[in-house]
This record gives sequence, C-alpha cells and structure tokens, in this order.
Amino acid sequence: MRLLQVAELPPHSASTVRIPIQGAALCAGFPSPADDFLEGALELPRWLAPNPPATFAWNISGDSMRGAGIFDRDLAVADRSLEPGNGSVVVAIVDGTMSVKRLVLEGNVARLAFDNPDLPAFAVEDLVEGEIWGVIRFSIRWHVARAGLVR
Amino acid sequence: MSRAIALIDGNSFYCSCERVFDPKLARVPVIVLSNNDGCAIARTAEAKALGIKMGDPFFKIREQCRRDGVRVFSSNYTLYGDMSARTNAVYRDFSPAVEIYSIDESFLDLSDVRDRDRVTLARDLRATVRAWTGIPTCVGIGPTKTLAKLANHIAKTIPDCDGVCDLTDPVAYDHWLCRVSVAEVWGIGRASLAKLIGLGVDTVADLRDLDPRPVRKAMTVVGERIIYELRGLACLPLELMPAQRKGCAVTRSFSRRITERETLEQAVAAHATRLGEKLRRGGLGTTHVSVFYHTSEHDRGDPMRSVSTTVTLPEATNDTLALIKAAQAGVARTWREAPGDRPWRYSKAGVVTTDLMALDMAPRALIGQLDRERSAPLMAAMDACNARFGRGAVVPARAGLTEKRTWSTKFEMRSPRYTTQVTELPTAHA
Repeated sequence: MRLLQVAELPPHSASTVRIPIQGAALCAGFPSPADDFLEGALELPRWLAPNPPATFAWNISGDSMRGAGIFDRDLAVADRSLEPGNGSVVVAIVDGTMSVKRLVLEGNVARLAFDNPDLPAFAVEDLVEGEIWGVIRFSIRWHVARAGLVR
Repeated sequence: MSRAIALIDGNSFYCSCERVFDPKLARVPVIVLSNNDGCAIARTAEAKALGIKMGDPFFKIREQCRRDGVRVFSSNYTLYGDMSARTNAVYRDFSPAVEIYSIDESFLDLSDVRDRDRVTLARDLRATVRAWTGIPTCVGIGPTKTLAKLANHIAKTIPDCDGVCDLTDPVAYDHWLCRVSVAEVWGIGRASLAKLIGLGVDTVADLRDLDPRPVRKAMTVVGERIIYELRGLACLPLELMPAQRKGCAVTRSFSRRITERETLEQAVAAHATRLGEKLRRGGLGTTHVSVFYHTSEHDRGDPMRSVSTTVTLPEATNDTLALIKAAQAGVARTWREAPGDRPWRYSKAGVVTTDLMALDMAPRALIGQLDRERSAPLMAAMDACNARFGRGAVVPARAGLTEKRTWSTKFEMRSPRYTTQVTELPTAHA
C-alpha cells in the first residue's frame, strides 16, 4: 500500500503562478453563483506562462503538425496576448473547427500551413474567413501513458 | 482631475464564456440555464431577438429552442468563475482599485486618468480583455457608481457608442440624462418606479432634479442617495475589501422530489459540509445552525409542508462533523411521517447561519466544549485533500459520496470545464 502524504498547499511562491490568478473571488455586491464550483487553476511556472489570464491549454488531435514537433495527443499551451507573426504556430478557427496550423504571411496574404511532409503545403490558402484564436507558446509531449493524470 | 468610476461587464457573460471554446456557437442563438436546468439566465443577442426572455422556464421554451436551433447549456459555474477571474486580472492591469461587484461586473477607479484619456483607456481595456480572454465587454464611466452603471447601460444599448460611454464628459452627461428612462437607474425597482411616475418623473434628468428631501419620505434614504449620485456626488465608495460576512447559507433545490428521511438527512449533511468549508475559508465559526426543508409551491394539490428549526451548539465552531450533527438534530426534531398514504414530497432544503464570528475571537464554553485541538487538523486535512484531488474527494460518510447522491442539482447540458480540468481541455485539430 502506498501512503499519500497530504500536505498544506504550497504557499504562493514567486516562481509558481496559477492560471488564472484566483484572486479574492469574493464579490462586494452579489455573492458569486460560481462560489460552490471554483476549482484550483491549472498551475504553470511563471517562466512558461508569463501572462496567466491569457494562457489556455489545448489537447492536440491529429498529425498535421509533426514538422513543428507537435504530435497527436500532445498538449499545447496558447497565449492569447502574443501577436501572431509569420511562422507562428497558432490555434485558428477553420470552418467552425479549432485547428493548429502554422501561419504564413507573404505580403498582405495570410495562409495557414500544415507542417507535415506527407500533406499538401496549405490548409487554408487565404485567411479571410478564418480567425486566429491564439498563438501556441509551447507544447508538452508525454513519454508515458497519459492515463491517470492527477492534478 | 475629477473622480471617475468605470463599470465594466461581460456581454451575455455566461454565453460568451461558452463561445470562447466552441466556434460553432458564433452568430447562433445561445442560452444558459439556471440550476437544475430551470430557466434561461443568459441569452445572446440572437436568442433575445427570438423573443426568449430572462427567466423563461426551459420547459416552456424547449420546443422553440429545438425549432429555432438555439444552443442550450446548463450553467458551468466552474468555467464562468475561472473566466471571471481572468477578466478581473486584466482589469487590475488597468486600474489600481478594482471592486468585483458580481461574477461579470467590476467597478474600476479611473480617477488618476486624465479626463480626455479615459475613453481611449476604456477602448484599450475592452480590446485587451477581448484579445486575451475572448470575452466581449462594455464600459460605462461616471463620477459616481450610479452614473457609471447608467453609462454602462447606454454603452450596451446604443450601437453608436461602440461599447464605451463616458458620463464624466459634461456634453455626454447633458445629452443622455434627459433621453434615458428613469427605469434604467440602478436601484429603482418596480415599486419605486410606480411612485416616481406618480410624481411625474419620466427621464433620469427628471429624477436628478427632484428635491431629495420629500423623496426620502417616499423612497427612503436609498432614493435620496440615488438623486445625489445622479448629480455627481458620490455616496457609494468602492468596496475593495469584501465586508465581513455576517451570515452564510447553503440551500439547494433537489433534482427530484424527496420523500425518504435518509435522503433528506444526507442532503442536509452535504449542505452542512459545504457550510463548514465556507466558514473555514473565512476563519469564521457559528453557534446556531438553522435547518429548513419544504415542499414545492408548484405541486398544486399535493400535501404541503414547510419546516424550519434552529439548533444551538455549545460554542462557536466550523467543524463539519459538529455542523452535521446539528443539522441532523434539526431533521430529527422536525421529521414527521405523513398521515395517510400521501407523503410530503420535499423540493428544497438548506442550512443557514446568521451569527458568524471570527473563530479565534469566540468565547469558549465552560460546559460541553468541543475538541477544537483535534478537529482543526482533521478539517485542515480534509480541505487539503479536496483542494488537491477535487471537490468531494473526501466527505463525511453521512453526506454521501458526491457521485452517489440521487438528489444533487442537475446540469445535464453542461459544457466541459475547459480551463480547470486536465481531462476536459478543449481539443484543437492538427
């Protein structure tokens, strides 16, 4: 039998941030209906996630971004405060679906590209209808089974 | 420089939170339902255009929603609470003083911003919140909270404002106050509105120009205060520190009607467990626990019963086990088997305290002292487990395991907890 040590929660150290900052969730006017449902935020260190309110984690499904080192079942972290530029890996809305692609800017044409030698170069030839949701700051790859992830 | 308060709030906040993670919800009508999927409590502009009203019971609009393609969600308070914390984190980058007024509204002190820069700052704030969190907002600015709230209403309803209205600007102030109905003023309810119409008050400007003293007679000191606030004299300060709680209640409607004593006992034990968590978070204790349970006023023709009783503890405590004992004593004292073969079908139960005090200041009992020295570490361990492994990971047996409760609030159409659960993150296709 394994004994789990349940200690006090670590105090907020300067090197750990919560996403988002669970500040005083106390409302001066109305008691928050969310009060009974609040959960601890997913914690990332400040050097990985410098802007917690704009940081969101995504599950990745599919292999079209292997060239960027992003694989099926990886986890990618988007920072919505980053400005997308030429070559940025982005979460974008394509045909009503969230997808991860590489942004290619040439002159005033924006395109979304796959990053996989087995696939055609471009997913979206002209990004007029599409919308960029956020810029991927980094991704995480599991080298053991993901099952049983506990916060 | 003059005093300036901004009120910023999320547009159709709960619906907007759902839209951030699901692009298929863009430009389609979306509504969010209250606890137990009872009534509509948030609607997008598209849903409002279909005539769906705030508070419409879902069973009455279910067919219309199906026909008109309205996307319907149970409330996902975990998500809304997290998105609310994110927006407030952005607000704090823009103002040194932020009062979180409700889950989707905050007051910001902008007094240090030069008059002519306020609208620019408000537009920058809106754009930043939209970019960083995905939530669309509106900003109203005024010299008082009441005027900020009014400005927010104008920003929201007049498309030309583009989401920002500044009533610290004398031109805008003179323009809008004689054009907006007095019904839109913060704090004017149905009763006061009828009285004001009787006095010949029609617009906000009419109310502002009333003599406050006679109004005090008709509408109490609150009405008088509104008049001064509309004149730009601040009567309501920003509340940056939440006031010390005097009372605390945990009440829930059951997802089904309850007739058995064991189930009721489990429910009040679960409510008492939640009450204990809330008290411990504030370092508070209580000496009285009131328990109530009742049948539903909607069950016409069924036997009715409403019960409330107060149990006194020997001394102040926030020990969940002591609170459960008290709550169950309340049930034991009041439970009756129904005469005849028609049992009472209870729809709601709750535990309430009204005499909260700081536990470390509370006097100790001479007789019947509770064992605080042992209970405090036990409660701390339970709270630590629940913080680490999720709500309800460790519960007192009397409260029942969360997933085995048959009476818990229903959230049948709830979206994933996209931002707080590793197992429920949104998926992007590569």
